Amino acid sequence: MYSYSEFDTAFLAARNAQFRAQVARRISGALSEDEFKPLRLMNGVYLQLHAYMLRVAIPYGTLNSAQMHMLAHLAERWDRGYGHFTTRQNIQFNWPALEDIPDMLDALATVGMHAIQTSGNTIRNITADHFAGASADEIADPRPVAELIRQWSTDHPEFQFLPRKFKIAITGSPNDRAVTRAHDIGLRMVLENGQPGFEVVVGGGLGRTPVVGKVLRPFLPQDDLLPYLEAIVAVYNHLGRRDNKYKARIKITVNETGLDTIRSMVEAEFALRRPHFSGADQQALADISAQFSPPQLARKSSAPFAAAYQGDPVFRAWADTNLHPHRDADHAIVTISLKAHGQTPGDATAQQMRAMADLAQRFGHDELRISHEQNVILPHVHRADLPALHAQLRAHGLATANIGLLSDIIACPGMDYCALATARSIPVAQDIALHFQQLGLEQEIGALKIKISGCINACGHHHVGHIGILGLDRAGVENYQITLGGDGSETTSLGDRAGPGFAAEALIPALERLLRAYLALRRDQDEPFLAAYRRLGAAPFKEALYGTDTGEKGHANAA
Amino acid sequence: MPQPKQPSNAPQFAPHVLTANHLLRGHVVYLCARNTWGADLAQAQVFTDAARADAALKRAQAQPDLLVGAYLAPVQPGPTGPRALHFREAFRATGPSARARGLHPQT
Ligand code: HEM
Ligand code: SF4
Repeated sequence: MYSYSEFDTAFLAARNAQFRAQVARRISGALSEDEFKPLRLMNGVYLQLHAYMLRVAIPYGTLNSAQMHMLAHLAERWDRGYGHFTTRQNIQFNWPALEDIPDMLDALATVGMHAIQTSGNTIRNITADHFAGASADEIADPRPVAELIRQWSTDHPEFQFLPRKFKIAITGSPNDRAVTRAHDIGLRMVLENGQPGFEVVVGGGLGRTPVVGKVLRPFLPQDDLLPYLEAIVAVYNHLGRRDNKYKARIKITVNETGLDTIRSMVEAEFALRRPHFSGADQQALADISAQFSPPQLARKSSAPFAAAYQGDPVFRAWADTNLHPHRDADHAIVTISLKAHGQTPGDATAQQMRAMADLAQRFGHDELRISHEQNVILPHVHRADLPALHAQLRAHGLATANIGLLSDIIACPGMDYCALATARSIPVAQDIALHFQQLGLEQEIGALKIKISGCINACGHHHVGHIGILGLDRAGVENYQITLGGDGSETTSLGDRAGPGFAAEALIPALERLLRAYLALRRDQDEPFLAAYRRLGAAPFKEALYGTDTGEKGHANAA
Repeated sequence: MPQPKQPSNAPQFAPHVLTANHLLRGHVVYLCARNTWGADLAQAQVFTDAARADAALKRAQAQPDLLVGAYLAPVQPGPTGPRALHFREAFRATGPSARARGLHPQT
């Protein structure tokens, strides 16, 4: 994987020294909170409900074991022994003291990590397919391009004061695991005459105005990528509204200006900028690509896998849910679930981080990934090693066999941590997972994505959950609104609001009615929830939630 | 954020406490007796007079080297001290509700 150059290292050291001085001035009172806030946000520091929060970038979700060990060290030394992996492939530390944060950033810099552009109105951490470079279905590893974009966007002088945050996601596979259509720019690798390029999607986003991104260019040659991205961001910087932060994202710019107008402006800007890209970017890309060369995969018999699969039902259940096809048939992509039933989705203790780092080193070519679904991935594990790996994971409480199932829930921090929240999301996720585990229905229900946000900002991606849950404050009481039929994959769709929200106590019974109705309605067990919803429409599911009365008024549980 | 209620001579000013986040650690603090800042809502001073509440808020806002984001929060006074009225304030007072069940250690 990419390792930092001297330039990167010197840049980080200078940046951290600058922030250390800013923190000192804040602590002395020389800077007011209003003066300090933009500075801390530029370095990933938020003030949450109970404490500061440090958000550390994990560019395109890729880590090595030394970096994972460092995250464990931060959790233990300066936090409360755990960290929270997020939908943006970042990690958040929930309890640092302000005065310790400069030390945390210096420690991160020793392993080439930082918190730059994890906040503020800049181009944020680039997210990517978490199976990149390993998956059988991929055209090419998108991470060299993601790294190029990271280098281009970091401290890009023109783009440090955008109208609003700007998020780019990239995938090299036709199966979209990076939710590219819900980003300000989504890049989906495609081939034209054997040459790789990108379908460029613009103006997607969630939040209070969810929008599925639109295709700006069906095929952009890879060589043109940076000038084209620059053109898009420049047009946005020029047109994007600054009068109202809820209308400042590029999705609104695209809607208000019109896609065709935006396209011709971008093309005009592109024509101006393209000649200035003399090829240095392509040289940089070639150098970066060399650092992403695929690991030397071992050749050995997969017999231990077959034996364990036959003989050990616990292993088999895990293998059936948590493995994904690797491009090499003797290898597998392993997803380590951070969704043990009843735990906080996405949390890992320092011990668990260390265990995962050691296992990556021992079995996985020293590579780990963080998925936007808040799990950890070992992308290259030989099948023969899977039984031993599984045994180790079990010993650390990391062998939950639930990837893609009901309890593999995305949940944002919600009101347990987040200052913007209108309701809690973590306990809702915990209760759902435990309830359906007790019913023993999880396996039978099969593929299902539940996503929960604690306010309309939609950090938990609820709009693209097969079942989305949005926590709101209704007259001082937590209330949960359900959306149905959302999808964040290559067949992206936004969920439809089912009807009035449910009080916290009424939510789980409502979900149970909904899912029992699905079990009764599905064609057979190969028809997942989303497919059944698309075939049948919302009506029978609404009926399950609200009774024959559509629930718009008078339902006992509704508010 | 809740604002202090209107004029100082208004007869019913709903009971409020003064709260903020601590600058260095970020944790929630309340103005307690003898103008000290503490972490326990039950120990917080309850203001029933708008003018006094407002004056205390202004003093807190003038301490940027100690506090962040001071504001007045409505409470229900009781025999064991004030209790939060809104669930957000209740979570601020007690910490993450999920901590007992997930990996979240006690404060
Ligand atoms: C805890 C503190 C957080 C704060 C203050 C915060 C703030 C926000 C805000 C204000 C928005 C709405 C942006 C808009 O509509 O223009 C947003 C959206 C979003 N945030 Fe967060 N967020 C937090 C945590 C997270 C976490 C933990 C994640 C997961 C990594 C996350 C990922 C996202 C995503 C995916 C969106 C929606 C996509 C978009 O339209 O940008 N946020 N966040
Ligand atoms: S969705 Fe709302 S509650 Fe959840 S993390 Fe984002 S801003 Fe906070």
